[in-house]
Amino acid sequence: MSELDLTKLIFGRLTLESIPYHEPILIITFAMVAVGGLALLGFITYKKAWGYLWHEWFTSIDHKKIGIMYIVLAIIMLLRGFADAIMMRIQQAWAVGDAAGYLPPDHYDQIFTAHGVIMIFFVAMPMITGIMNYVVPLQIGARDVAFPFLNNFSFWMTTSGAVLVMMSLFVGEFAKTGWLAYPPVSGIIKSPGVGVDYYIWALQIAGVGTLLSGVNLLVTIVKMRAPGMSLMRMPVFSWTALCTNVLIVAAFPVLTAVLAMLALDRYLGTAFFTSDLGGNVMMYINLIWIWGHPEVYILILPAFGVFSEIVSTFSRKRLFGYASMVYATVVITVLSYMVWLHHFFTMGSGPTVNSFFGITTMIISIPTGAKVFNWLFTMYRGRIEMEVPMLWTLGFIITFVIGGMTGVLLAVPPADFVLHNSLFLVAHFHNVIIGGVLFGMFAGITYWYPKAFGYKLDPFWGKMSFWFWTIGFYFAFMPLYVLGLMGVTRRMNHFDDPSVQIWFIIAAFGAFLIAIGIASFLIQLVVSYRRRDELRDETGDPWHGRTLEWSTSSPPPYYNFAFTPRVHDMDAWWQMKEHGYKRPEEGFLPIHMPKNTGAGIILAGIATVLGFALIWHMWLLVGVSFLALLAVTIGHTFNYDRDYHIPADEVAETEANRTRMLANHV
Amino acid sequence: MSGSNDHHGGDMPHSTFKGYMTGFVLSVILTAIPFWLVMGDVIKDTGMTALVILGFAAVQIVVHMIYFLHMNFHSEGGWNMLALIFTAVIVFIALAGSLWVMYHLNVNMMPGLMKEYG
Repeated sequence: MSELDLTKLIFGRLTLESIPYHEPILIITFAMVAVGGLALLGFITYKKAWGYLWHEWFTSIDHKKIGIMYIVLAIIMLLRGFADAIMMRIQQAWAVGDAAGYLPPDHYDQIFTAHGVIMIFFVAMPMITGIMNYVVPLQIGARDVAFPFLNNFSFWMTTSGAVLVMMSLFVGEFAKTGWLAYPPVSGIIKSPGVGVDYYIWALQIAGVGTLLSGVNLLVTIVKMRAPGMSLMRMPVFSWTALCTNVLIVAAFPVLTAVLAMLALDRYLGTAFFTSDLGGNVMMYINLIWIWGHPEVYILILPAFGVFSEIVSTFSRKRLFGYASMVYATVVITVLSYMVWLHHFFTMGSGPTVNSFFGITTMIISIPTGAKVFNWLFTMYRGRIEMEVPMLWTLGFIITFVIGGMTGVLLAVPPADFVLHNSLFLVAHFHNVIIGGVLFGMFAGITYWYPKAFGYKLDPFWGKMSFWFWTIGFYFAFMPLYVLGLMGVTRRMNHFDDPSVQIWFIIAAFGAFLIAIGIASFLIQLVVSYRRRDELRDETGDPWHGRTLEWSTSSPPPYYNFAFTPRVHDMDAWWQMKEHGYKRPEEGFLPIHMPKNTGAGIILAGIATVLGFALIWHMWLLVGVSFLALLAVTIGHTFNYDRDYHIPADEVAETEANRTRMLANHV
Repeated sequence: MSGSNDHHGGDMPHSTFKGYMTGFVLSVILTAIPFWLVMGDVIKDTGMTALVILGFAAVQIVVHMIYFLHMNFHSEGGWNMLALIFTAVIVFIALAGSLWVMYHLNVNMMPGLMKEYG
């Protein structure tokens, strides 16, 4: 008996039965991941790259490297999230009438939950955070973010959440509740397994990272702008980043609180979101959407910023209506808090409440529409260059307007009563998230890639990626609009009516086109690396940019700017070029910089263990890892060796190299 | 909002012993009165008592912000005040909105429950 207790104390709920070795699909996936993972680890060891990775990347507190690591994380998780997507598409195209398909409901439910969670929290969020991390300090003329160590810590906490979600694939199970884990399905009675616990702890740990990076970037933008850069001279991307981070700081605590209450219900038997004992299930839905609606603007605002930069750069014009762009962004920021009920019109709050939230939702389309017109007017009579980032922008404008219109349609409560929970809704939000956020991030990656790596991305494979993504998107989601209007509900793994099958086959075909789009993107990375000498950017300003990030070399030195730039106008770099700006070539001073530290990755590693222990009720390990977390945190405060000075000689040498490179170029 | 590049909040009010003592004494008074209201059974109506206590709590929040958090209209170039106003607006929207939404929900979907609550 006591032996049994000891096993429970150490292993909690975890037994050999928890490993899903009886599911062939998972075994094959696991084998592939294991082989791939071992090959990667072997390759790194063979190249003796561990030391390099540890010192130059994992412990780095350089905002540029952290930004790149965020995007790498997002791309890896995109592959996982997309694998889930294509599995669902195959299942739905197959399982009609007598055919049962290949995914049992139990497995299918985990897949659609994982798909949603991964795409939002571990693809879209790291992608926007990565781009903001990389670009914002450069754009505002700063040398790093306000809290460089915190930045590294935030990244690893986000990664920790991603690791927990990936673990659930092979140890235990993931939630079967849908991506927002509504109770009572996510309650302990309906979901006694570990799935929802994986969901809760992965999001809580990643949420720490998101919130801290929000605080970090917010303070950076408010406090560290170059002299002369007043708010109304700030590039639009930095503006949207500012508003996004305000939203993160204001909204994410709500998610944390809601998930904490759900966890209390599940772990301690409280009754916040139960149907009895005075609890209220609907309160969960109300609260999670108070976070959830700002969240979609957290994702889309930086994409708007990216498009604004790209449109004005490739049209060779100042952005049309800069001030209106800024006001539209701020209005969207505030309004995004006033529309959350449109996610549950059918809950039964009645006509007064529904019409209020329906109207506020429609109002949001006004500032958004203003932005679309601003982009169009910027292009009007501009000298447009059809580079790949501009293609993504045009694809975005058309696709996003369609998605926006179906959104306004759904904002009409009576229409929503017909269409809610249908594939029409699924088509709508994929339309705005793929057409808006994802296109924006691909545009941003293509646009800033030469800045980050010193060579442009290969345009041929970029165009391939763009066309396959765009056409694939329309093939994959337009049929879902049709199906939604026919009354087909979401999250089904089998259909009786054979007439729906053809639409699902078209959608599956679209998903395969998107797969080629993703593959083209990966090929583009490899091809560009191999052709890097031809694609080299020696000037630091490959697109004839307008903002400060293009004034430094590509890739920028780790101190970003040898001298902090002075700003006299908006489009600071354009103005400097117009006025015949001369790069200073002497008189360099030592530069004060923060030092790398391993504390971030160590803390996040312990947090992963703590999360895993909490999920499996391994109480001994919970105690140990929690104490370790405290100990390392306190220990880190005694680390006084946090900064150093780059000697003036070294700065002079780096800058002299750049002078030579610029001279070679001309 | 001029581009301040330095990291020092030079315009932060300096905390003084007098300031902290004023804040402390005010807090004690603002806590003691509600305590007395309840213990001494001063107002007969409990709902009224709750409202008065909430009022004192709100005043105490302001006292804490002024004397302990050193908030005023110009610290950090006005950013603190702006952040406070934004927070207040968001908290108001979330709380008032939730109450409104849940009240209507209960009226429409749980008429029996509403009778129970009176």
